[in-house]
Amino acid sequence: MTLKVTLITGRTINQGANLENKTSSDYMDATAYCEVNSKAAGLLGKPGNVRVRTEYGDVIVKLKENNGNPDDIAFIPMGPWANAVVDPDTKGCGMPGFKGIPAEIEATDDRILLMKELIARYK
Amino acid sequence: MELLIKNGAVYDPVNGIKGDKTDIPIKDGKIVASVSSKAAVIDAGGRLVMPGGVDAHSHIAGAKVNVGRIMRPEDTRIGIRPRTKITRPYTGYTVPNVYAMGYRYAQMGYTTVFEAAQAIMKARHTHEELEEIPIIDKGALTLFGSNWPTMDYVREKNMDKLAAYVAWGLLASRGYGIKVVNPGGGEMWGFGKNVTGLDDVVPNFDVTPKDIIVSLMKANEMLGLPHSVHLHCNNLGKPGNYKTTLASMELAKQVKPSRDRQVLHVTHLTFNVWGGTNWGDFESKADEVANYLNSSENITTDMGQLIFGSATTMTADGPVQYANAKLLHAKWANGDVELEDASGVVPIFYVKQVSIHAIMWAMGLELALLTKDPYKVLLTTDHPNGGPFVNYPDVIALLMSNKKRQEEIKTLHEAVHKRTKIPGIERELDFNDIAIMTRAGSAKVLGLLDTKGHLGVGADADIAIYDIKPDQIDPSVEHARIKSAFSSAAYTIKGGEVVVKDGQVVATPAGRTFWVDASVPEQHRNEMLRDIRLKFKNYYSINLANYMVQDAYVTHPNVVKAGAIPVEVN
Amino acid sequence: MAVITDALCPFCGCVCDDITVVTEGNKITDVKHACKLGAAKIMGHHRIKEPMVRDDKKGNFKEVSYDEAIDAAAKVLAGSKRPLLYGWASALCEVHKKGVLLAEELGGIIDNTASVCHGPSTLAVHEKGLPTSTLGQIKNRADVVVFWGCNPVQAHPRHMGRYSVFARGFFSDKGRKGRKIVVVDVRKTDTANIADEYIEVQQGKDYLVISALRAILAGQADVVPAAVGGVPKEQLVKLVDTMKAARFGAVFFGMGLTQSQGRYKNIDNAISLTTELNSFTKVVIMPMRGHYNVTGFGQVCAWETGFASAVDFSRGAPYYNPGETAANDLLYRREVDAALIIAGDAAAHFPANSVRHLAKIPVVQIDPYWNPTTEVANVVIPTAICGIEVEGTAYRMDGVSLRYRKMVEPTHPTDIEILEKITERVREIRGE
Repeated sequence: MTLKVTLITGRTINQGANLENKTSSDYMDATAYCEVNSKAAGLLGKPGNVRVRTEYGDVIVKLKENNGNPDDIAFIPMGPWANAVVDPDTKGCGMPGFKGIPAEIEATDDRILLMKELIARYK
Repeated sequence: MELLIKNGAVYDPVNGIKGDKTDIPIKDGKIVASVSSKAAVIDAGGRLVMPGGVDAHSHIAGAKVNVGRIMRPEDTRIGIRPRTKITRPYTGYTVPNVYAMGYRYAQMGYTTVFEAAQAIMKARHTHEELEEIPIIDKGALTLFGSNWPTMDYVREKNMDKLAAYVAWGLLASRGYGIKVVNPGGGEMWGFGKNVTGLDDVVPNFDVTPKDIIVSLMKANEMLGLPHSVHLHCNNLGKPGNYKTTLASMELAKQVKPSRDRQVLHVTHLTFNVWGGTNWGDFESKADEVANYLNSSENITTDMGQLIFGSATTMTADGPVQYANAKLLHAKWANGDVELEDASGVVPIFYVKQVSIHAIMWAMGLELALLTKDPYKVLLTTDHPNGGPFVNYPDVIALLMSNKKRQEEIKTLHEAVHKRTKIPGIERELDFNDIAIMTRAGSAKVLGLLDTKGHLGVGADADIAIYDIKPDQIDPSVEHARIKSAFSSAAYTIKGGEVVVKDGQVVATPAGRTFWVDASVPEQHRNEMLRDIRLKFKNYYSINLANYMVQDAYVTHPNVVKAGAIPVEVN
Repeated sequence: MAVITDALCPFCGCVCDDITVVTEGNKITDVKHACKLGAAKIMGHHRIKEPMVRDDKKGNFKEVSYDEAIDAAAKVLAGSKRPLLYGWASALCEVHKKGVLLAEELGGIIDNTASVCHGPSTLAVHEKGLPTSTLGQIKNRADVVVFWGCNPVQAHPRHMGRYSVFARGFFSDKGRKGRKIVVVDVRKTDTANIADEYIEVQQGKDYLVISALRAILAGQADVVPAAVGGVPKEQLVKLVDTMKAARFGAVFFGMGLTQSQGRYKNIDNAISLTTELNSFTKVVIMPMRGHYNVTGFGQVCAWETGFASAVDFSRGAPYYNPGETAANDLLYRREVDAALIIAGDAAAHFPANSVRHLAKIPVVQIDPYWNPTTEVANVVIPTAICGIEVEGTAYRMDGVSLRYRKMVEPTHPTDIEILEKITERVREIRGE
C-alpha cells in the first residue's frame, strides 16, 4: 500500500544532541526515521522500515508513530536521510524546500543505509 | 617621528588664530613647540588648516546602526566602492559599513567622532563595531534616562547611589558620558505608551522626566564627568515641542557645571524647535530657542540639520519611530532593551517640495545663524537621522553663503517663506565660526579640549588641510568650492600620520576609544551593587557576571578619569 | 578540580549564561543547568585528531601535518575561480571577521547556515523591518505568547523557562499562570501540548491564515471564509481578540514559516501582522535563531559588508542576492568550483542535489568533528571548539552579544589561527 503524505522535516532534541556525533548509531537512530500517526502506520501495515519517495529522491528509514501528526503529515528529522528526498529548489530566495514536499511511503524490507553509505551515493 | 606643516592659513579658535600663516610642529603624534631640521615637511601652500573635525553626535556603531544596515540593502547598494590595496570595500550611504564610516569621516578631515547612544546591555556590540571603524578616535554616550536603577534612585532622591550607578554604568558600557533620550518614555514604550511632557509621572516608578533630567545633571556634576548630560528632549517630532525644549533648558539653571563647560547639551534641535499645533500650522520656533541661547551661558546645542534625499531615522525614542513608520507607511524596526531603553529605525526621504521638510531644513540653519555665539550650536545632522554625515560640507557652505541659501530656498516648498525666518537671515559665518562649530566647540562640549579641537602645544596632531586659500576665496559667492574643498581634504593627519591625501585614504591606523572611569566612595558603590544584583537576579535575562563590557572589546583605550566631588546646587 | 559558573552554552540561539561546568585536569567532567542539547555539546564527543587529505573522495584519508593541510587548503582556494565559504555558525564572531576577509581576498562567496534557517526572515526584514525587543522584555512583560511554526520543547528547551513561558519578572510575577500560550503548527508537537490553545494549520497555508488574521484585525472579518487553511474562523477571531487584549504580546516563529511554501513572504506577513497589532497594544516578534552563533555571523557580516549573508565578492565589492548568491543557489547551478566548509555541516543539512555537487568539487573542511561533510571533503582540518576551548563573542537570538570564556584549554589550533595561515598562504600563492 502506498501512502500519500505531505512530508516535513525539522529539529528534534535527540537529533540536536547528536549534532557533533554524526558518525554514531545514536545519530542514525535520531534522524533516520519517519513519523506518521497510528492510523497511517496501520494503513502501511506497521512495518519496521519504509521507503519514502519524492520527486527528488528516495530513502529508507525506520517507521515511527506520533499521534500528534494529522493523517497526511509525515515528519523526518533534519539530516542526511531527510535531505535525500527534499526539494532543492530555493524558489528564487535561497531556501530549499525542507517542508511541504509531496511524498509516497511504502513498507519495505530493505535496510537503512548508514550515513557513510548515504553520502557515498553522491560521490 | 617629526613632521612640520608650513605655510598653512590656520584657524585655531581656542588659541585665537584666525587665518594667520602659522607653522605646526608635530612630534610623536602630538603638537609640540618646535621640531628639528630632520622633520618631514608638508607645505600647506597658504591653504586652509584646521584641527581635525570633532563630531559630538553621530550614530556610527551598534545595534541600531546594524539593524539599519540589515533592513536597508537598498542603502548598502548605493555607496559601494571595491576594495583597494589600502582600503576594504565601502558600502552604504545613510548606513555605511564600518570601513566606509571611518574612511569617509577622514576624507572630510574629521578625526574624532562620538556615537550618540548605546544601551549598557548592548554596549559590547557598539564596541565591536567601533573597534572596526578605522582611523578616527571615538567614544560612545551611554543611555541612562529610562533605566530602572536610574528611576529608582531618582524616586528615592538618593544622589549618592545615582552617581554610583552612573559611574558603574559607564564602566559596564565603557561609555563616555550620560545620554538621556525622551526620559521616562523608554520605560513607557515597554508597553507601547509614552510620556507627553516633563511633568508626566512614569507609572510603577513614580518619577517625572523633569526629575530624571535634573537628577542626572546633578550626578554628572558630582562625578565631574568631562561631558555634560546630553539630552534628546521629550516630545521630539511633535508640533509645539519647542515649549518642552525651552522648559528642559530652564532646568539647567538648577545645577552648576563642575568644569568649564555647559551643564546641559540639548541635541539635534531640528527635531525639537517645532511650533504650531498640528501639521497644518506647523512652523519653526528656532528663533525663540536661539533667543534663549543668546541669554544663557550654561547650555549648548547641535543642529541636527536636515539634508534632502535619503536618510535613516534611528533613535532610542521608540514611540517617535513607531509614529514615523505609521505616518510614512515605512518599514519599522523596534528594539527595546530590558530595564534600559527603547529604540527604533525607520527609513525616510526628505523632499524639497514637502512643506514640513522645507520648514525643518530651515530650523537647523536658523538656530546656527540666529545664535550669536558659535560655541553654542555645533554642526551636526544627527547622522543619519537628518541626513548622512558626508553632507557636512553642504551644511558648511549653507552657513557661509546666504547666496547658496537663497538659491536653495527657491527650490523649496513655499512654506519656507511663511513658516520660517531663514529667507530673511543674511548672516554668513566665517571660517573661524565653522572651526568652532566643527572643532573647538565640539571638543569643548565633550570636555576634550586638552587634546582635541585645537592646534596648540599638547594637542593630538589631528589636522585637516583643505584645498582653498581663505584670503583668496569669497565663500559667499564660491560656495560650491567651499563644499567640494571640505568634502575632500587635501591632507588629513591623524596622530601625526598622513591618513588622507587629496581626498583619498592612504593609511588606516586604528583610532582610540575614549571612555570614562569615574570613582565614587566605596560604600555608595557597594550599596548600589546590592540593588543591581537584585535586578539581575529577578529581572535581567542574563547574569551580572556576563553583563559588563570586557577589556577585549576596547583594544586601544583612552581612559579619562573622573570622580565624585561636591556639587554646587542653586 | 575547577568549577566554572556563569558559563555560556554554545549550542542554540538561547545562549543560556547560567551554566556550571566542572573540569578536572583539562577535561570537562560535569555540566549543570544545561539542557540535553547544551550538555551533549559541552560534555563532548569524539574529535578528529589530525588533519587529513585525499585526492579521491572515495578513497581513504592520509593524516598530514597542519602545515601540509593548510598548504593544501590554500592551493584549493587560491586555484579556484568561484569559491564558496560556508558554515560559520558554530564559530565565534572573531572567526567570522577572518572569514569575510578571506572571502573578500579570494573574490569568493561567503554564506552561513541562516541560508537553510532564518535567511528568509532577513529577506522579510528588508521589506518590513522587525518590531522586536530583548528577551528580558518578554520575561518581564509578556502576558500572551504565540509560538508559530516552531517547537522550543525540542529545539530551544530552556527558552520557555528562562524567557517566554515560565519565567517570572517585574510585571509577570505570576509566571506561567499570568500568561496565555498559543501554539500554531501543522501537527501537535510537544510545545503544543503545553499550550493553552493549539491552532492546527494545513501545511503550507500559514500565509493565508496570517492574511485572515490581518483582515479580522482591520475590521474586515466579513471577507474571511468559514475556514482558512483548515482553521475555523471562530478560532481566528478568538486569536485576534486574544492578541488585542494582551498587555504585551510576543510572537516567536521558526522553520514552519521560513521553510514552507511562501518562505520569506510568510514572515513578511507575520511582521506586518505584528506591526498592525501595535495600533492596539504592544506586540513584538522574534525569530527563533537555532544554530549557536548564526545571529553573530549576520551581525558581523552586516557591519563589514552591509549585508547579513550570501555575499558575493567576485566584483571586488559586496553583492547580495539570495536566490542567486546563497549557498544552495550556487550549488544548484553548479557554479562553485571549490568550497571551504567551516563550523557548519553542509553535507548533512543541504538537499542531496547540493551534496552531489560538493562531491564533485574540491572541499576543505574546518571542523572538530567527523560528519557528512567530512565524507565529501578532500582536506580536513580539525580545530578547537569555539565557546568551550576558545574565548570570544556570540550573539543571542535577540541580538544581545555575550562573551564566552574558555572552559578548558584547546588541544587543537583555533579557527582563527588556521584561517590566518590559509589567508597568508593564499596571498603567497597568488603573488601578493
